[in-house]
Amino acid sequence: MTSLASLENNVIEISQLTTRFGEHVVHAGLDLVVRRAEILALVGGSGSGKSTLLREIILLQQPESGSIKVLGVDLENISDAAALALRQRWGVMFQSGGLFGSLTVRENVGLPLREHTGLSDALIDEIADWKLAMAGLDPEVGAQYPTELSGGMMKRASLARALALDPELLFLDEPTAGLDPESADEIDQLIRKLRDLFGLSIVIITHDLDLLWQVSDRVAVLADGKVLGVGSMAELAQLNIPAIRKFFDGPRGRAAQQQTGLR
Amino acid sequence: MTLIQVVPASIARTTPQELALSGSWTARGIGQIETQLKALSASSGSTMVVDASRIEAFDTAGAWIVQKLRRRLGGECVSMEIRQLRPEFARLLEVVGQEIAHRAGAANHDPDLSPTRLESLGRATAEAFEQGRALLGFIGKCTFVLGRCLAHPQRLRWHPILYNIRSAGFDALPIVGLLSFLLGIVIAYQGADQLRQYGANIFVADLVGLSMLREFAPLITAIIVAGRSGSAYAAQIGTMAVTEEIDAMRTIGIAPLELLVLPKFIALLIALPLLTVFADVLGVFGGMLMARAQLAVSYVEFLDRFVKTVSVTAYLIGVGKAPVFAAIIVTIGCFQGFRTHGGPDSVGRQTTRSVVQSIFLVIVADALFSVAFSALDL
Repeated sequence: MTSLASLENNVIEISQLTTRFGEHVVHAGLDLVVRRAEILALVGGSGSGKSTLLREIILLQQPESGSIKVLGVDLENISDAAALALRQRWGVMFQSGGLFGSLTVRENVGLPLREHTGLSDALIDEIADWKLAMAGLDPEVGAQYPTELSGGMMKRASLARALALDPELLFLDEPTAGLDPESADEIDQLIRKLRDLFGLSIVIITHDLDLLWQVSDRVAVLADGKVLGVGSMAELAQLNIPAIRKFFDGPRGRAAQQQTGLR
Repeated sequence: MTLIQVVPASIARTTPQELALSGSWTARGIGQIETQLKALSASSGSTMVVDASRIEAFDTAGAWIVQKLRRRLGGECVSMEIRQLRPEFARLLEVVGQEIAHRAGAANHDPDLSPTRLESLGRATAEAFEQGRALLGFIGKCTFVLGRCLAHPQRLRWHPILYNIRSAGFDALPIVGLLSFLLGIVIAYQGADQLRQYGANIFVADLVGLSMLREFAPLITAIIVAGRSGSAYAAQIGTMAVTEEIDAMRTIGIAPLELLVLPKFIALLIALPLLTVFADVLGVFGGMLMARAQLAVSYVEFLDRFVKTVSVTAYLIGVGKAPVFAAIIVTIGCFQGFRTHGGPDSVGRQTTRSVVQSIFLVIVADALFSVAFSALDL
């Protein structure tokens, strides 16, 4: 939302990224660009390094070599102050929520505001309630504790917290995994709405083929430590790379594809 | 606080009917002007013209307070006209306006729910009773499972029993030994001054021997084990409860009590008396060292006196308490573990409870033993 920063068009630029766990090479010279206001989906089999890549982008882990630039800031040798400032410009929704069990849902959502702004408690609660409503939760949920929530509600609450500071960049780790189809559809729509309304750039890690076909603008396929292909699903469908074909040729892949075709 | 440099939002009243907004109307920028906005008022029936051209940044928090101001002034019959807001900001303002209007329709959902003091007291009492009943139920179930296993000894799981003897017993040897050794030193040292005044140096053997064997060795051992193993039991079972492992066990047809509680119970029943004997030996040894250093009582004299005054009864009383303490520690540790539900928070809370309650009950049991033994003239 901060308008001055909109000069550059790429919110994330990754080049020649290498990551290794001991002998195991996770990323071998990976390149990826995320553009402003696009929804980019990261896909790949288990162990292809999607989550590691996400952790490196959001400063939870250091790559071995290569450069990552997020919102124009180089993450290598970043100072603590710059890292803190950067962290306030993105929101992260973790796979299993990552909500603090000792706080109510409303307090969870209000926490970033309480920590980083000088707003009054009443105003913070109002804004937190609204973010919860935006994520599709009833106001009563705000007073509950995370352990009392169902899986889908937990994801929504986590999304509401990620949105608390009106981030420019949103990371979603498996936003629809473990949800019933209806909730997953609602999350799909919510993600689109957020992008359209606030001009958010969104990076999604997902296996959900519906999400890939209907929500993402571009999809990056990770395999063998590299990005094998980037493009819209329709473009990727033309490529003849085995790791990418998997997403189209299985029965599920065909079903999701046909569904989109009918629309 | 934030380290992001933002131009704080500011509001200027250029004329009575005109406001000029500038700066960052974002969550980080509007901290200072909230009170200023609350105080703002205008004569009713008028129109307030707001010049928004110098707003640099605008987010939902900023839009929220602008819309709230508009609503409040609207209630006072003042209409607000916002001019020259950038189109992307105007869109956001509109969305927020719809949300606030929608919200105003809904009833206030936040009644004051903090309980009164009397209510909290009542709830705490009810909870204590409930916990007591649940504990009794748990003891009953454990007894039943124990009886069933003793009737069919082939059902006993020897591997976990041996593992628990090692982890709760053998691995605790160094800390139990060190602490009881130090305790023996302290007792002899404290007694030395008094005994020397009466020339009753040799009685240090009575002092150290009786107090160590009857009271201190069993107690210190039980307290260390409660802190070391009791907490581990609660944390292990609690974590398994949170991650649905206990439920999984039940569905597979394994009784959790049989697999998780019984081996610990049998293991500690064996290990704690042995640890107590070890603590006896090192405690007396500590006292003996101190007796020689402070009171010039030689080892031979000390042991000679020790054998004469400290009866086998005193030793048996001390060691005999250990199985009772072991039962308390395992029961409370496992009970609190099984009561865990919810998240990691709950695991921590139940672990704390298990340690506090088992140490408390061990000391209470020890006091009851003292009363009983003095009534029995032992």
